[in-house]
Amino acid sequence: MKAKGNVFKYGDNVDTDVIIPARYLNSSEASELAQHCMEDIDKDFVNKVKKGDLIVADKNFGCGSSREHAPIAIKAAGVSCVIAETFARIFYRNAINIGLPIIECPEAAKGISAGDEVEVDFDSGIITNLTTKKSYQGQAFPPFMQKIIEAEGLINYINHK
Amino acid sequence: MGMTMTQKILAAHAGLESVEAGQLIEADLDLVLGNDITSPVAIKEMEKMKVEGVFDKDKIALVPDHFVPNKDIKSAEHCKCVREFARRNEITNYFEVGEMGIEHALLPEKGLTVAGDVIIGADSHTCTYGALGAFSTGVGSTDMAAGMATGKAWFKVPSALKFILTGKPSKWVSGKDVILHIIGMIGVDGALYKSLEFTGDGIQHLSMDDRFTIANMAIEAGAKNGIFPVDAAAAAYMKEHSARPYKIYEADEDAVYDEEYTIDLSALKSTVAFPHLPENTHTLDEIDEIAIDQVVIGSCTNGRLDDLRTAAEVLKGRHVAKGMRCIIIPATQKIYMDAMEEGLLKTFIEAGAIVSTPTCGPCLGGYMGILAEGERCVSTTNRNFVGRMGHVESEIYLASPAVAAASAVTGKISGPEEL
Repeated sequence: MKAKGNVFKYGDNVDTDVIIPARYLNSSEASELAQHCMEDIDKDFVNKVKKGDLIVADKNFGCGSSREHAPIAIKAAGVSCVIAETFARIFYRNAINIGLPIIECPEAAKGISAGDEVEVDFDSGIITNLTTKKSYQGQAFPPFMQKIIEAEGLINYINHK
Repeated sequence: MGMTMTQKILAAHAGLESVEAGQLIEADLDLVLGNDITSPVAIKEMEKMKVEGVFDKDKIALVPDHFVPNKDIKSAEHCKCVREFARRNEITNYFEVGEMGIEHALLPEKGLTVAGDVIIGADSHTCTYGALGAFSTGVGSTDMAAGMATGKAWFKVPSALKFILTGKPSKWVSGKDVILHIIGMIGVDGALYKSLEFTGDGIQHLSMDDRFTIANMAIEAGAKNGIFPVDAAAAAYMKEHSARPYKIYEADEDAVYDEEYTIDLSALKSTVAFPHLPENTHTLDEIDEIAIDQVVIGSCTNGRLDDLRTAAEVLKGRHVAKGMRCIIIPATQKIYMDAMEEGLLKTFIEAGAIVSTPTCGPCLGGYMGILAEGERCVSTTNRNFVGRMGHVESEIYLASPAVAAASAVTGKISGPEEL
């Protein structure tokens, strides 16, 4: 399993309120949430993001609320993977549960810039910056986690088991 | 090796003699909670699962509180989805408008959370019940769905930071100042994946409402949970509110903590978190003049009776500044009623504040006090992220009820001593 795309880069403590502002939480439709993804931190994000693109951020990505709408919005916007120095605990769990691949890798978070083209190999955990030709070792996804991602979430994975 | 209080509760619920930090366990749940924003997603997920119904209709709590009374048609549809699910599954603890309150104030008041419990809730402030000596933590909607279906959840056993609280806080220093001080000290990810365990003889000087406030904002330091030992005050609270038996767990004397901090409560000052992170703390005495437009007193953090009493003590015989909006939201129907009987609501209205029915409303920028571009609010809520309460160019200053009320009177960030 691989992800490949261009990078949107953000800093520390990207919170769930900027990922998907609560004023849109009167909806739980993924496609509707995706239209407002990252709106309060990067208004152009939804216009620029293409299927397969990646988000790279510094520490504590996804802090704040437990809203699963946050990883749902990111995934539905077409993002193939989020790489960060660290993730907030609830966001980490929610992302895996809904089938959005995320990888903690401080070196990659530091070494990758906005607009870089990056490829992630989930089997090996190797993150390659195709723009700068540098590689980083992230955590490999164990097979069960890849299956959750492939099934598009924990519930589907349990049902198919 | 000794276990922390949190580890002991988790071990008991996983049927294990002992656990250690980092271990993955599956634990039995005493309560699974959801609200009007997170439950519809969980219900949709649960309906995809091949299960008959919920694991135990008495051990699920559904509390529409965020956008309730329904703020628009879409919110009304969400609430309808939760209501119909509750009816279909005969959920005992579904709380309709008129019975409800903000979930984390309501559940302890209704006696649904007691010491020794393991509780998950699809709301990040589920960590509030640690004030009673329970392990409780926020999860997402998928975990809520799995919890409702199976009565179980998996956890990575957390390590812990120990906070030894000593001394007695001065008159206007509250639980809010304690937790803002801690978040300012360790940062918004200072306790990532960890427990905050509170101990020390200073706890006796913190009311239960103060402790709920402190445990509530453990998540704002990235923590998995925050937990207090069960003392006479906690036992009395549970006796008054709950018929359920509780179980007291104590940390082993040789429990291992990642860090230990001692905090002298008597040395703490009123503390304010500046935009846009709860860790941007300043004590009141070092703040220059900052004019404000709105004050909000309420939320799962600070909408309890003690908070309203403090606000009323400050506002009594005074008036909010000209042009200021002061919005006060009792967290539950009972708190609303008690505040009415004590005359607090009269004090608020005479002071020029408004009083709302219980709702999370403005805390997360839902409704009932949204900010325009460039506006500033002093709020007793828990988050001051960009755009949290309205426009991305608005600002939220987090503070105690005493500071919020005093600021409403002066029109700038102030403490009660300045009045």
